Amino acid sequence: MMNDFTVLDLLNLDLKDHNSLNLKCLEGRKGLTRIITDSEINRPGLTLSGFFEEFAYHRIQLFGKGEVAYLKMLEETKKMENIKKMFSYKLACCIFTNSALPGEKFLKLAKTSECPILQTDLSSSDFELRIIRALSDIFAPRKTIHGVLVEVFGIGVLITGRSGVGKSESALELIERGHRLIADDSVVLRSVNGNFLMGSGTNEMLGHHMEIRGLGIINISHLFGVGSIRDKKQIQLIIDLETWNPESGYDRIGTDELTKKMLDVEVPLIKMPVKAGRNIPILIEVAAMNERLKKLGYYSAQEFDNNVLKWLENKNARNLYSNNTDIF
Amino acid sequence: MKQKTVTVKNRAGIHARPSALIVKTANEFDSDIFLELDDMKINAKSIMGIITLGANYKSNLQVIADGKDEETAVNAIVKLFENRFEEV
Repeated sequence: MMNDFTVLDLLNLDLKDHNSLNLKCLEGRKGLTRIITDSEINRPGLTLSGFFEEFAYHRIQLFGKGEVAYLKMLEETKKMENIKKMFSYKLACCIFTNSALPGEKFLKLAKTSECPILQTDLSSSDFELRIIRALSDIFAPRKTIHGVLVEVFGIGVLITGRSGVGKSESALELIERGHRLIADDSVVLRSVNGNFLMGSGTNEMLGHHMEIRGLGIINISHLFGVGSIRDKKQIQLIIDLETWNPESGYDRIGTDELTKKMLDVEVPLIKMPVKAGRNIPILIEVAAMNERLKKLGYYSAQEFDNNVLKWLENKNARNLYSNNTDIF
Repeated sequence: MKQKTVTVKNRAGIHARPSALIVKTANEFDSDIFLELDDMKINAKSIMGIITLGANYKSNLQVIADGKDEETAVNAIVKLFENRFEEV
């Protein structure tokens, strides 16, 4: 979370298609700076009936058809005490679903207490699903790291390494070969439900540019077309580029499985030594394909090792036959 | 580790040219140098990182260096901010 998330930010969320919240503000514009601190929402049925214990007032208050009908009944019978009491709490905001309109008295009370009243044309259950998804995304633990995120054969590959080791150059060649760029240089990681990491660029306005030494800043979507970019992608493999160190023993077989823990999520890690004559983009492509094979349940290195073991076993058996004449 | 707070004093903020200056200066040192703004911590040796910080006029950043020459590195970066990157 960069700054506090306000109701105004909620209205400004640029979500598309099946994620869009279709919100508009009816009343209480002064309260649009109120901060939403919780990713959960509250249905204020109990509150309206006068039960204020454990009232989660700091959450978004969702008014569905039932609540609206109850409000109407309260207004008609002029029982406004509970509504007044509710507005004495600092509610995050009230949202009416199904394009429902609250009564005039309710709106007046909201205006005086500066509580934002929003409306959406979605049904309650649909809206609930969408807003929980949107808010859990916003409140997810996040971290900005130095690296390049590309999608290679459908696998989200995060390339890390020291400055100048050739991350951007490798990514550029991958894009040239038809793969996609998600973010160059600083990648925002979000832990989604603590299960997997979603990576995206830091800033949508500045996204999909790269800095290449000698070329300067280039626009990837203009140079390679919209097919070469993507907004976000799950991180499924980390490739750590490091300058070749003859002393460090590199994995020569591929049966050791390294992982790196980021935001409490384990991601497969490959340490890739960089040296003149090693074509890193091709190696990354192969690593991504190998990762896909592993996801399908085929481990090249392990399978190879198993075959070698079987072969040795066969040879043993043969030797037994040819050396030991007593066997018959 | 050495750390100092700086304020952006040039009106235009940290756009491409100041970023290039920071990167050029940072690359003269062996230490790892970082700039921090809000919850974003980026490598001061990368141009795109610095630009995407979006540091505007009067924002406060942390300059952090870690390594053999951390002291001189932090001072060199701070000096760039103090001189407004030779801008107004």
